[in-house]
Amino acid sequence: MRKVYNRIIQIAGNVITVEADDVAYGELAEVKSQRGISLAQVIRMLDKKVYLQVFAGSRGVCTGDEVRFLGSPMMVSSSANLLGRIFNGAGQPRDSRPSIRDDLVEIGGPSVNPAKRIIPRNMIRTGIPMIDVFNSLVESQKLPIFSVAGEPYNPLLARIAMQAEVDVIVLGGMGLKYDDYLFFRDVLDKHGALSRSVMFIHTASDPVVECLLVPDMALAVAEKYALEGKRILVLLSDMSNFSNALKEIAITMEQIPSNRGYPGDLYSQLASRYEKAVDFEGAGSITILAVTTMPGDDVTHPIPDNTGYITEGQFYLRNGRIEPFGSLSRLKQLVNDKTRGDHRAIMDTMIRLYAEYRETLEKQSMGFQMSNWDRKLLKYGKLFEKRMMDLAVNIPLEEALDLGWKTLAECFDKSETGVKSSLLEQFWPKG
Amino acid sequence: MLDNNRGVITGVNGNMLTVRFETQVTQNEVAYAVLGEKRLKSEVIRVRGNLADLQVFEDTRGLKVGGEIEFTDELLSVELGPGLLTKVYDGLQNPLNVLAEKTGFFLQRGVYADPLDAGSKWRFTPTAKPGERLRAGDSIGEVPEGIFKHRIMLPFSFQGFWELTYVAPEGEYTIKDVVAKAKNEKGDEREITMTQRWPVKIPITAYKEKMLPSEPMITQQRIIDSFFPVAKGGTFCTPGPFGAGKTVLQHALSRYAQADVVIVAACGERAGEVVEILREYPHLEDPRTGKTLIDRSIIICNTSSMPVAAREASIYTAVTLAEYYRQMGLHVLLLADSTSRWAQALREMSGRLEEIPGEEAFPAYIESVIASFYERAGYFRLNDGSLSSITIGGAVSPAGGNFEEPVTQSTLKVVGCFLGLSRDRANARRFPAIHPLDSWSKYPGIVPDEEMQFARSILRRGNEVHQMMKVVGEEGTNLDDFQIYLKSEFLDYVYLQQNTFDDVDGASDEPRQKETFSKVVAAMRTSFSFGTKDEARKFFQELRQLFIDWNYIATKDAKFAEMKAKIERKIKEKAPNA
Repeated sequence: MRKVYNRIIQIAGNVITVEADDVAYGELAEVKSQRGISLAQVIRMLDKKVYLQVFAGSRGVCTGDEVRFLGSPMMVSSSANLLGRIFNGAGQPRDSRPSIRDDLVEIGGPSVNPAKRIIPRNMIRTGIPMIDVFNSLVESQKLPIFSVAGEPYNPLLARIAMQAEVDVIVLGGMGLKYDDYLFFRDVLDKHGALSRSVMFIHTASDPVVECLLVPDMALAVAEKYALEGKRILVLLSDMSNFSNALKEIAITMEQIPSNRGYPGDLYSQLASRYEKAVDFEGAGSITILAVTTMPGDDVTHPIPDNTGYITEGQFYLRNGRIEPFGSLSRLKQLVNDKTRGDHRAIMDTMIRLYAEYRETLEKQSMGFQMSNWDRKLLKYGKLFEKRMMDLAVNIPLEEALDLGWKTLAECFDKSETGVKSSLLEQFWPKG
Repeated sequence: MLDNNRGVITGVNGNMLTVRFETQVTQNEVAYAVLGEKRLKSEVIRVRGNLADLQVFEDTRGLKVGGEIEFTDELLSVELGPGLLTKVYDGLQNPLNVLAEKTGFFLQRGVYADPLDAGSKWRFTPTAKPGERLRAGDSIGEVPEGIFKHRIMLPFSFQGFWELTYVAPEGEYTIKDVVAKAKNEKGDEREITMTQRWPVKIPITAYKEKMLPSEPMITQQRIIDSFFPVAKGGTFCTPGPFGAGKTVLQHALSRYAQADVVIVAACGERAGEVVEILREYPHLEDPRTGKTLIDRSIIICNTSSMPVAAREASIYTAVTLAEYYRQMGLHVLLLADSTSRWAQALREMSGRLEEIPGEEAFPAYIESVIASFYERAGYFRLNDGSLSSITIGGAVSPAGGNFEEPVTQSTLKVVGCFLGLSRDRANARRFPAIHPLDSWSKYPGIVPDEEMQFARSILRRGNEVHQMMKVVGEEGTNLDDFQIYLKSEFLDYVYLQQNTFDDVDGASDEPRQKETFSKVVAAMRTSFSFGTKDEARKFFQELRQLFIDWNYIATKDAKFAEMKAKIERKIKEKAPNA
């Protein structure tokens, strides 16, 4: 029987300190207070002092409360029975069904050996031209949607999830509005995908520390399933809440902040989660789609900034459309040479011309005279927005490419496009 | 190991341990934290009284106060010897494929492997005879390693002169076999094998002199070789916001740069990017040698989710390996992606040590640490007179893409070439997104100086006209100015931009660059007569098209000359006197 301690010597933020012996770093403990039993985790040790982060928060914890060490780190069940189930940030069932304790795995496990990874090679088709044509999504990619509050990022996430061909969807909700949680549940249910989904949901009203555990639990389960050969899509919404929870704990622990109060290891913390995206040689894969809301629509804010350096691209969602500028899929080069010969040319040319359209638009708004070229660009830009950027468009890649050529031919002469002549001969619409 | 110095853990904070020791410890010595059957590698980074702070190169979960520490009395070192090329190591020089055989998909902590294969045999040919007096770094013999002659040298740790007392005859030996013996003036005799160990944080200085880098290192990237050249033995940095193409550029350099040995240090970046190298290089042909690219490469890979402390070590591991191959008279290119992650590793540890923070919480010594890293580059004359070099290229990932931050600024002070990547150019898909007006290089280039000055002036004036047009509009710009703007855009499109993913356009060798550049300059020097701006724009669009097509034709191809003639005809269309 493990020893019970009942003298808490310090309570600061959500971190309590007890004096104890023979405690392991990262070990879990139970804190029994008047509000019930909460789990807590060892985050620092100094001589006899042990610092514990209390999952349910320190509110109502009394200095005389019982702390009992459990002798093991945080584990989560990874059995197949998880499918169709919903859990909270502490791993407890949220759906009033019994809890599951079989096939426990440790969360936050070691990193995959880069020598055992393989080059991603399968495109995930979404039916959204801004993704399929311009920034193809690839199996095992990690990609966030950069957005601001109020944009339909969760519906976009759900739509991609429903259209993507994957075996299991794992949803990690962090600081999710209760309505959004219900939205995800209903969408999964409506499309009959609930039975192949696992949800770890931390809502905005739950204790902040539990938010930190959500990605680790979701990814530990995903990893286990992927090793069994399944293709997993992990949705994480919203990683900004996760980062803010990290900040809160770091400040409580009196760590020196690096940038706008965020801890210096924000990059490593985010990376250790995102890097779980993988295509295993001879087994399944994990693809991560996340949401990062940018405070003040500022991409240089530490959260989107660090995220951008970690992930394999990003989609900017602005005014209900995926922005062509800034949006990027770093893995697209691995798949878009195998789709159709004109894919890359269409992708580059259309975006370049759209950039020129934006410049013309600026000139126009300043009242400058429009040249012939400007008028061509204006026509093109409008068509591009309508045919490609509108999120309501839902067409397969090949159709979108044909539509691209059609749009170019409607607006420009061949030589004005800057496309290699051999491609023009093959694909330029006749007549 | 029983006589080893031991200590006891008194505190755990993330990957930092505080340890009480009994006798003595050395700064930067390696220690192991005992965790059941496992021993976790760590390094002493601070000593106060009888307490030492250790950074652990692994996850510290499960360690306890009172746990045992074994000190090794050896500084963090790498093993040097034949067989380093083609290897893929983590930051502590563990070969990743051997670890994969041992532990499968995941990197289990506390599992280490020998950097070099002890079983493989190398054909040793002696080049020195017993009785010769040698200094550290002088050749005793050589073994063939791929396309290179790998020198077996008097170990760098040997001080003063040593007289060879025995040299093994030509034959097959393993790296652990004794191939020579030497004794110093005091009469101490030591055995020499094909391998030696060297502490990574101390530069190898077994050379005669360090010289001014002046010979260009051809990278086959037009904007670099012509506009912002890199010299053999020089240093350069590529700072840029995410998505600006830092890594793609580094990959292009590692493939096409004309160096003998390329060392890629993937430091705290995405694992996926390393995988591309790991999987592709064994199959990609190195056009210079006919062998595959991996035959001339070493990859040090400590990706972002691997332990942070090992990330700090990985940069030093990489540069030490570079110095080792430099000692063989080879030209080595070291690419570090990204030095910002390395600096962040220093910051994380500095925070745990509760040091007084400098700007953006980076430690105050960040500048000197960065400087001493880049200073390990150089163009060298070795003791035997042969020339060799280490060229260092560091990617920098500034927070928010803002070059004012401490890591970028500290780096700019010590490098000879600045290739600034711009978000605007990346957004406009103008790759490589090196900014032609902001970047600079202190090294000599390959194209005539006068032509380069002219090209730069076109870029500068084109930009001025472009800015002006934003205010006064196209109609307020006269046709001459407009022509300059079109010429600068033309130069940008056909010369500065380059398609890395195309086999022909992606690599442009020196003669080709010279030819194309003089053609582009000739076109820009021509004063065309246009009636209207639309006519001028259309002409340049067509000319651009011809040039782009030309860029995609291999020089060997018969169409190459054909296209060139076509371009000349096109230029004459609007400039009959040209």
